[in-house]
Amino acid sequence: MGNASSMLTQYDIEEVQEHCNNLFSQQEIVSLYQRFCQLDRNSKGFISADEFLSVPEFSVNPISQRLLKMVDGLNFKDFVAFLSAFSAKASIQQKIELIFKVYDLDSNGKVTFNDILEVLRDLTGSFMSEKQREQVLSHVLEEAGYTSTSALLLDDFIKILGNSDLKMEVEVPVD
Amino acid sequence: MRKLKSSSSEMELDRPNIEEYLPIESIQHHHENLRLRDLLNISPTLTEAAGAIIDDSFTRCFKSNPPEPWNWNIYLFPQWCCGVVVRYGILFPARVLVLTLGWIIFLSSYIPVHFLLRGHDKRRKKIERYLVEIICSFFVASWTGVVKYHGPRPSMRPKQVFVANHTSMIDFIILEQMTPFAVIMQKHPGWVGLLQSTILESVGCIWFHRSEAKDREIVARKLREHVQAIDSNPLLIFPEGTCVNNNYTVMFKKGAFELGCTVCPVAIKYNKIFVDAFWNSKKQSFTMHLLRLMTSWAVVCDVWYLEPQNLKPGETPIEFAERVRDIISVRAGLKKVPWDGYLKYSRPGPKHTERKQQSFAESVLRRLEES
Repeated sequence: MGNASSMLTQYDIEEVQEHCNNLFSQQEIVSLYQRFCQLDRNSKGFISADEFLSVPEFSVNPISQRLLKMVDGLNFKDFVAFLSAFSAKASIQQKIELIFKVYDLDSNGKVTFNDILEVLRDLTGSFMSEKQREQVLSHVLEEAGYTSTSALLLDDFIKILGNSDLKMEVEVPVD
Repeated sequence: MRKLKSSSSEMELDRPNIEEYLPIESIQHHHENLRLRDLLNISPTLTEAAGAIIDDSFTRCFKSNPPEPWNWNIYLFPQWCCGVVVRYGILFPARVLVLTLGWIIFLSSYIPVHFLLRGHDKRRKKIERYLVEIICSFFVASWTGVVKYHGPRPSMRPKQVFVANHTSMIDFIILEQMTPFAVIMQKHPGWVGLLQSTILESVGCIWFHRSEAKDREIVARKLREHVQAIDSNPLLIFPEGTCVNNNYTVMFKKGAFELGCTVCPVAIKYNKIFVDAFWNSKKQSFTMHLLRLMTSWAVVCDVWYLEPQNLKPGETPIEFAERVRDIISVRAGLKKVPWDGYLKYSRPGPKHTERKQQSFAESVLRRLEES
């Protein structure tokens, strides 16, 4: 692996910083680069699904398969951009946008009843029946003034999640 | 809770808010109703996933420590160059010579003993044991091993097993030069494998393939036989089952702890000032690992023979294993992580994921009932 930080020039770091709207400090980007190289075992320039799954703490996550569709094959710049939503400096809006993207995997800008159901299926597995899940979901949708046929837009997500306190922060270890 | 707050004086405002210290689930318990926002808010799960991508305790266990550069300085650099010349030009050839000499002495006495003393099993075993100890001392000398042994030397007694944390195959060599242990190890390819199946077999070592389930049964049977025998060498097990970088300990396999024997913990800690003794078997062959050690100034390490432990009444083998891991980790200054070292070779089972799913499903259902 060598001394990874020496492989990133000041220009590279600034470019990456710009790409993630300055949500990470230069030191954090150097740390993330070292981590990226560590996970990208064959130095292909991207991290494959298999390499992500080699991290046990990631692979036991209930929505890991779903997240893989978002992070599989990202280059370093996009890898940092993906993680930037977890920076302490990221706004609530940016965090909600990421959550929305997890639901809206086909990125058509709409989250349907089925999209939410799929995530719920990942989260509950065999511990809730399909019927229970549908029941729960239509119940809470109706309560919030939607129906099971309505599609939620990003604005709806911001309205729904905007004033709850999202604790979505991950600290990048800097040595 | 609310009542308490309203009746409290203004002084109370400075107090830390206990809710911030509670895990999220217990806070959610306060709202009785399950709302759409709670269902859509997947931030805890997402944060966990991102945390694992950015840094995880498992990968840290197997990270080689890069050498600290100290030579980037105009007047230290020439010294460092001299060091390189001495290490590669003088020390290394001298060490190769020592090791070759060791092998000559070892083989020239081992082969005749092995074949001529066929009839006298007891005597032959004793000499062979002694010879294995000698060749191990030569190995230790070939990297100028500065090993400090603390605590009483192991004695040969039936019904006891020694367990140690595992950093490299040289752990075995370092322990073997003092006591003729019989070790349980993964079968290796190449010249190491040849040594395993010929010479080390005579000390009573047991080999297996990690991936083969059938081997596991055979090893378990051999283990039991070995422990019961009065005359056999003390058994040494590395219950982590894989090499860890000597900063962490991964979960101990319970096999060594359910034999009904006294378990004698051995803690090994390497000093990294000259060389990192961690053998990253995925990146390096054992030969390359040895060459790296032989071209360094010295291998410095401490070995502690710790107090023998027995299964306490009512303790499961797994709890016993954890207790021994505690003792070793504290002594050698290692951090414990809750992972199985075999995850280096395979993916974790669905058990962990299911536990998370269960707790989430239960909280959803509970709150739905309450509403």
